[in-house]
Amino acid sequence: MKKILAFVYKWLKFGLLATKKFFITLFKTLTYNNKTRMGFAILAFFALIAIFGPLIFPYNALTNEVNKFAPPSFEHILGTDNLGRDLFRQMINGSRDVLIIALFTSLFTIIISITVGISSGFIGGAYDRVIQTITNLFLTIPSFPIMIIMASFFTIEDPITFAIVLSIWNWAGLSRAIRSQVISLKERDFIQICTVMGMSKSHIIFKELMPNISSYIFINFILIMRNAITASVGIMMLGLAAFEPSNWGAILLRAKDIGALLIPEATIFWLTPIITIGIFQTGSILLASGLDEALNPRLRKN
Amino acid sequence: MKNSSINKLKRILTTIVTVVGGFFYKTRFLWKRIGFALVTLFLATVFGFFLIKLMPGDPITMFAKRLSDQRRIPLDDAYRLATLLLNYDPNISVWQQFVNYTAGLLKGDFGTSMFRDDVTVSLIVKDFLPWTLFVSSLALFVSFIVGIFMGGRMAYKRHGVGNLLSNSYIVTSGAVPDYLWGMILIFIFGVTLRWFPIQGNYDILLEFKGWPFILNVLYHAFLPIVAFSIVQIGGWALAMRGSAIGVLGEDYIYAAKARGLSERKIISRYLRRNSLLPLITSLAMSFAVLFGGSPLMEAIFNYPGFGSEFSKAIGTRDYFLIQGLMVFMSFVMIIANLIADSLYSLIDPRVRRNNS
Repeated sequence: MKKILAFVYKWLKFGLLATKKFFITLFKTLTYNNKTRMGFAILAFFALIAIFGPLIFPYNALTNEVNKFAPPSFEHILGTDNLGRDLFRQMINGSRDVLIIALFTSLFTIIISITVGISSGFIGGAYDRVIQTITNLFLTIPSFPIMIIMASFFTIEDPITFAIVLSIWNWAGLSRAIRSQVISLKERDFIQICTVMGMSKSHIIFKELMPNISSYIFINFILIMRNAITASVGIMMLGLAAFEPSNWGAILLRAKDIGALLIPEATIFWLTPIITIGIFQTGSILLASGLDEALNPRLRKN
Repeated sequence: MKNSSINKLKRILTTIVTVVGGFFYKTRFLWKRIGFALVTLFLATVFGFFLIKLMPGDPITMFAKRLSDQRRIPLDDAYRLATLLLNYDPNISVWQQFVNYTAGLLKGDFGTSMFRDDVTVSLIVKDFLPWTLFVSSLALFVSFIVGIFMGGRMAYKRHGVGNLLSNSYIVTSGAVPDYLWGMILIFIFGVTLRWFPIQGNYDILLEFKGWPFILNVLYHAFLPIVAFSIVQIGGWALAMRGSAIGVLGEDYIYAAKARGLSERKIISRYLRRNSLLPLITSLAMSFAVLFGGSPLMEAIFNYPGFGSEFSKAIGTRDYFLIQGLMVFMSFVMIIANLIADSLYSLIDPRVRRNNS
């Protein structure tokens, strides 16, 4: 009994220490320089708004024609839209979907590119050649028209489908970059030694290769999220996936459809989503380039 | 006598074989690329072929119904006519269908609109692609030039106010997508100040020739070009800075500094010229991407271009047009990529050696 307790205690301690170490490293990396601090703060702010915002500021979709394009006031912080609904609450309510779409697009894209890139670089030979030809096709056929086509073929009604549509044609570039990294890593001593020692392939891939490309993948995760927001807003603005009327892209689509650019009092209506998107994207750019400096040893020396 | 002539012939033949073989051997990187491009073209054809099969709601029957309404013929005849017109017969084997489809593509027949017989893909390409290419290639040119100057300067002077300004410009301009910049520009210069027109590609009242017409076209294209450039300049500047930082470590830059050349001379004669080379491929690739058009920008500016035709086809669910335009775009991209790659390896022999 004592032995078991000691065993459990040992592993608990180990687990706690490992978690603590992980969070300390994460915190250190995220606060490495001003860029990462700013970027992390902005993204964390958006994440908090997406999680808790709709609870604090519930959104009432009832229309009220009398109150249309009301100027900002205490009651309506950013005024109202063309149907008299509160714009601020709409933006907060829509942020959840926007972020979920971006997050899942990133996740799917990364999973596909890691699978394709590592297998192609690791196995090599004829398999590699076939995969590279297919990757080349995905790279040369422009992605945005394909996304539009897919968005019109499948009726997009939930964020996950949208994320699949956005990620299915986006993995090629990243998978090629991962492949070339794997190929150059394969020739390095520590992998060669592992191969000579007869270690299993899964050990080499997950314990030796993955840690070496994880920082690169993490940076790309943020960059793909950023591109996913641009693409999703674009597709929504073409009116192809307007399933959630408070989504930022859907707000922009409505603004475009009613000709809000020509209505002076509607300026805040179309400008708010643009500025919000701009702030979010600035946060991701700053975090990504800051992390690049923090994690890339070549840049760190300078 | 006879023997010597045979020898002569032999010599000539060997020379020919060596010259031709040598030519093929020297340009083997090019043949490899062409072969690769042909494979990709084939895959794109397969892709286009299956695109029509994946389309929801049986478009052939829809097309046949419309034909029978329009020409007042029975549905069976209309169906046969539809399969004839579309190069698509559901009763023959998939292989035969694919062969027919490919034969149509080789003849330059990329497809016809589902709703209007007189609208074909080649017609859209001929009428709308020039406008798209005009705007987007001018924007590409402008942003490339500005970006190169900005990037070169940023690499040479890595500290100071100029660098901080450039950096913040790059971050903020890249943060908002180009079509949203278009909206902002329309609001400021089109609606509020009324300096520039907010839609169309030229004044329809003008005659289709002469300087006034060209100026008018440029006047209409100004805002879209600026909107494209705002975002693209940052990308080029970053690429140029990366390339130029590599060049800065070279000996000839130190030598130039040691010779006491002025800063401007070093940047323009040594730094910029040598760091331009890697950017040429990306320039060619970006030019290829332009053939896809930019549906969003053209939608915002109501500019009649290739992209807006594409989104119009999507909006009306004109599946045959969508497929044809898509296949055309992919073909152009593949060929443009091939040209860009080959050009680069002709310019830079190092690439050639590494790849062959």
